[in-house]
Amino acid sequence: MKTVSSLLDDEWYARYKRISKLNIRSSIYDVTNRCNLRCKGCFFFSSGEDKAAEEEMRQDRWEAFIDNEKERGVNLAILIGGEPTLYLDRVEAFYRRLPTFCATNGLIKVPRDRFPDLMVGISLWGDENDEKTLRGKDTFAVSSRHYAGDPNTYYLYTITPKQIGKIEKIICKIKDVGVKVHMQLLSNDEGVDGFSWQPEELNDVRFEMDDMLDRYPDTVISCKYYHEVITTGKMLGRPFGWNECPSVTEPLDTRSPQPKRLIHFIRWASDLKTMHRCCTSETRDCRTCKDGAAHMSWVMVNKRAHIRTTKDLQNWIEVYEMFAKLYQFIPW
Amino acid sequence: MAVETKETDIILKVAEVLIEELKLEDVTPTTFEPDIDLVDEIGIDSMDLATVALVLQDHYGIRFDEDDYPTLTTVRKIALYIAARLES
Ligand code: SF4
Ligand code: SF4
Repeated sequence: MKTVSSLLDDEWYARYKRISKLNIRSSIYDVTNRCNLRCKGCFFFSSGEDKAAEEEMRQDRWEAFIDNEKERGVNLAILIGGEPTLYLDRVEAFYRRLPTFCATNGLIKVPRDRFPDLMVGISLWGDENDEKTLRGKDTFAVSSRHYAGDPNTYYLYTITPKQIGKIEKIICKIKDVGVKVHMQLLSNDEGVDGFSWQPEELNDVRFEMDDMLDRYPDTVISCKYYHEVITTGKMLGRPFGWNECPSVTEPLDTRSPQPKRLIHFIRWASDLKTMHRCCTSETRDCRTCKDGAAHMSWVMVNKRAHIRTTKDLQNWIEVYEMFAKLYQFIPW
Repeated sequence: MAVETKETDIILKVAEVLIEELKLEDVTPTTFEPDIDLVDEIGIDSMDLATVALVLQDHYGIRFDEDDYPTLTTVRKIALYIAARLES
């Protein structure tokens, strides 16, 4: 029988032990239905999730809700929206109670005197031209001023097919402002012309992502197995999709048999009662879903399947480490 | 149906169910090391454990408490847990 210690040398085993007991249990929260941008391809607005629930306005109800979430076993709150920084009191209610990650477009600066080590992930959708086409604005010009040199911030760079061959330019401009970057792929929920992935483009982008990791290891938080899984949509020969996805809200999950999942995952709407189907758009076709967190979680929950060869297990460890770094469970 | 009550027999049964339900390869109930950490070394998670617990519950006519799963990290610990439930 294959065991972890029979497959790993001392160095890898020490890395494995560092993450093996983390037991990360995340859930996702829509902090608000509002945003100060309206990006083409934003799943939140394109699928009408901004209208799914009336926002809870009472601060005390947010606080009681978060206490319940903690009680439920959640140990990582991932804040999305809309734009969470429009409601910093709500962000603070999470931050005071739970390890918290805040996704933002970076146009409003999270005040560091109030949130000294809140992990911030700034969305970036490509170069100036892509950002202007898809988001109506070059957000990097603003966000990079707000967060230059911030050790608890990284860019969440969503690569579009138009970025192939140009990724390095973006990585370098992020490096130059002293911030880290994690790469993911656009899912093009609104079918904007030219922004849907073709098979050969996925192949090209995979190798470009690998190259960035090799050349900028101090800036890029990633690993090659993640690049492989997200671009091929396959893990150990199994295709990703609805039947395999671990990021489905548990109480709404009617799949049978249920696949492996992050334990008790829920994505909550901002009324704190309504639940969304999964970590991303309700209307997204799972066959074209490129959600980075869902792919990472998919690998993470399938540990046993990776206890097969030394390489497979090392791949699993690298993905888990990447996730743990992105959410501050282990240092960069 | 008569069920195993001796610790050594329960250990073999637990190992057999683990091997069958989780399709573990290159191991038999007798070669299964009863003190190996199932979570750390074999990668068993709470969903796997729930699957195994269901089969063992039916076999022994006892109940596993979900809150106890984190403590059931080896074949021997599961066997002792079953033995304690059978006695009470
Ligand atoms: S900034 Fe984020 S939430 Fe706002 S519209 Fe763009 S993608 Fe959507
Ligand atoms: S859209 Fe993506 S994240 Fe949502 S259920 Fe489908 S595969 Fe999972």
